[in-house]
Amino acid sequence: MAEKDPEKEKRKIKAVAKMKEIMTLYYIDAKTAEQNGKKVAWITSGGPVEPLIAMDVIPVYPENHGAMIGASKMGTDLCEKSEIMGYARDLCSYARSDIACAPINGGPIGGLPRPDMLICCNNICGTVLKWYEIQARYYKAPLFILDTPFCHTDFPDEARKYVRKQIDEYIKFLEVACGKKFDRDRMKEVGKLSIQGQRLWQAVLDTATHKPAPLSAFDAFFHLALIVTLRGTQQVIDYYMILLNEMFERMANGIGAVANEKYRLLWDNIPVWYRTKWLSDKFASHNACLVADTYTSAWCGALRYIDENDFLETMAEGYTRIYLNIGIDQMAEEVLAMVDKYDIDGIVMHSNRSCKPYSFGQYDIQRIVQNKRGISSLVIEADMIDERSFTDAQNETRIEAFMEVIK
Amino acid sequence: MNILNELNEIQRNPYEYTAEYKKSTNRKVVGYFCSYTPEELIFAADALPFRIFGVNERIHLSDSHLQSYCCSLVRRSLEDALSGHLNFLDGIVFPHTCDSIQRLSDIWRLNLSFAFHVDVILPVKLNSESAREYLTDIISKFRRDLEFVLNTSISDELLKHSIITYNRIRSGIRRIYELRQVNPDVIKGSDVHKIIRSSMMMDRNLYLEKLDEIVAELEAKRTDKSTTKRKRLILSGGTCSHPDIYQMIEEAGGVVVWDDFCTGSKYFEDLINTDVDPITAISERYLNRIVCPAKHSSLTGRAESLLEMVKKNKAEGVIFLFLKFCDPHAFDYPYLKDALDKEGIPNMLFEVEDQLPSEGQLKTRLEAFLEMI
Repeated sequence: MAEKDPEKEKRKIKAVAKMKEIMTLYYIDAKTAEQNGKKVAWITSGGPVEPLIAMDVIPVYPENHGAMIGASKMGTDLCEKSEIMGYARDLCSYARSDIACAPINGGPIGGLPRPDMLICCNNICGTVLKWYEIQARYYKAPLFILDTPFCHTDFPDEARKYVRKQIDEYIKFLEVACGKKFDRDRMKEVGKLSIQGQRLWQAVLDTATHKPAPLSAFDAFFHLALIVTLRGTQQVIDYYMILLNEMFERMANGIGAVANEKYRLLWDNIPVWYRTKWLSDKFASHNACLVADTYTSAWCGALRYIDENDFLETMAEGYTRIYLNIGIDQMAEEVLAMVDKYDIDGIVMHSNRSCKPYSFGQYDIQRIVQNKRGISSLVIEADMIDERSFTDAQNETRIEAFMEVIK
Repeated sequence: MNILNELNEIQRNPYEYTAEYKKSTNRKVVGYFCSYTPEELIFAADALPFRIFGVNERIHLSDSHLQSYCCSLVRRSLEDALSGHLNFLDGIVFPHTCDSIQRLSDIWRLNLSFAFHVDVILPVKLNSESAREYLTDIISKFRRDLEFVLNTSISDELLKHSIITYNRIRSGIRRIYELRQVNPDVIKGSDVHKIIRSSMMMDRNLYLEKLDEIVAELEAKRTDKSTTKRKRLILSGGTCSHPDIYQMIEEAGGVVVWDDFCTGSKYFEDLINTDVDPITAISERYLNRIVCPAKHSSLTGRAESLLEMVKKNKAEGVIFLFLKFCDPHAFDYPYLKDALDKEGIPNMLFEVEDQLPSEGQLKTRLEAFLEMI
């Protein structure tokens, strides 16, 4: 066995092992739910999971599944399978690969457990609506749609009333699907835990304001899984405490995610799951660290609207006014705030063929940031899990050219 | 028919027509996207509702705002606006439909300076109590927004009058579809296309006059039996900006007897109830009508209505005509195809990017398809 490189070893985040253990147990739980008399709900990544936790339903995230498919480089094959099923190649690759997984129990974990119900919140895109309709037909499971009107410039009273009413409809739906009463006291606890978890996650991300940044966006992509899948449980809080302490330790010892960090970059859009290491190494070779991103911070965006003591009443606004459900000028404002907060030198934008609401408008955000902060950006043409849309050579050339500009 | 030539001229050069219209009438022109815009309110405010389809085929200005994987409807419309071809518009209305139109609204608002920009954020699901209430609320809000930006008042009386005009227009177009359904030889598909497209651009009162004349002429030459030997087909998809497809289908031995386009039956099906509060009536129409795939009212409604459409029209096949990069339609395709296959109804798919596929390729595929029927 080759000698381990001590320089690399020192930069590895130790909590990773614990995280892998939690996620493995979580998926075992989800896959054995039926034997244990538990119900499984499929839910969108931006969906209101807390009422499910309060009802003891195991939430399963097809998008997280998609990310795993991408990271294990099984995306292209599954996407091709979906094309044989009649789905156009231009459609979201998370949706395509998940749809192709269902009938064959494919993918890295042999398919997701069968849903007893599906919860679709369209605050991230219109694609999830179509995706969940398809899966609701396939599994013959009831579908609840939380419709969060898009906020181009504001969140009008009409929309506020509408989403609030749907929270009641959601609870009724859950009571029918689970065959039991909704426990409002339990919900209060879950709401508090959710907020605590989100605050801790933000605190973890905030450590990257330190120079050198103790974690990079590539690390955040990995550790994100908990705030997405187990939000509202004590487990998330315990884990992020461990992770946060490790980050503090790294800061105290001057350990950065990238050796000799000189340039600090911001990532925009969903990761290119099958090339995270490649991209991370490429930038690191230029002493550049992607210290922050617009993606993983999206799970803390609701904090400003939600009252932890009155979660159920305030979650409507929190779930509606998230990063992707607002106009691109507001998104640009958030990018600018991150540029200042993390002292960013340049932006790397993933123009993601799979995600139209995240990608259309990037060029305008690019211009706004250039005009207001004089910061350059790079566009990487790719897809989050369909490798056919990624060209190493082309992106390598672009990264080289971009880093020359940054330097 | 001379009228048809006139309508064709308008729908082929809509911007010239509208600029001229504006000059001669002094009325305001309000651009809009999608059949989910409650255009009855715009008309009631004495402005011209003008549906934007995007005519520019050479895209260069919008390339610096939209990636290549955006549909041609959105890219072309932005191109027309950025290149100044839409300067005659007083304002623009964006109803919320798909992810691409949603972002187009943002880009439009940030880069163009029309006098007003109104977003109508309709519900995405239409089958719940809360959605029903929200839809009515949001159409009322649109009414107030319009009153404000157009500096006018839209009374119930004006609105009812507008609804009556729209009902007459929709009934007229429906009548043409019905006459064609009985005997497809009565009118050419490309002529129906002209009639529908111009209905979304022209002065509605004037249009209604022309439409009545067309219907009267068709009624005069109607037959009770079909004289066609062609295969009866249904077109399914979103908008159709390719009138050539009709001739190609006809040359290959088929004929279109019905469609579910939003520039087609989705536009005229279901009239607005004139006996109840007009805002409630407008929202009822949206709730009852077959949905665009970007909206949700049930899990299987679109397939059921397509099968029903095939049966009712005695159609022998279905041609799906989709705009490339239109996600909502592409997601529904496998399930619609499956529903047709199960009933043994032949079907095929054309995906159109900017232009139709080359004539030769299209012809071969159409002929092979029609031979199979």
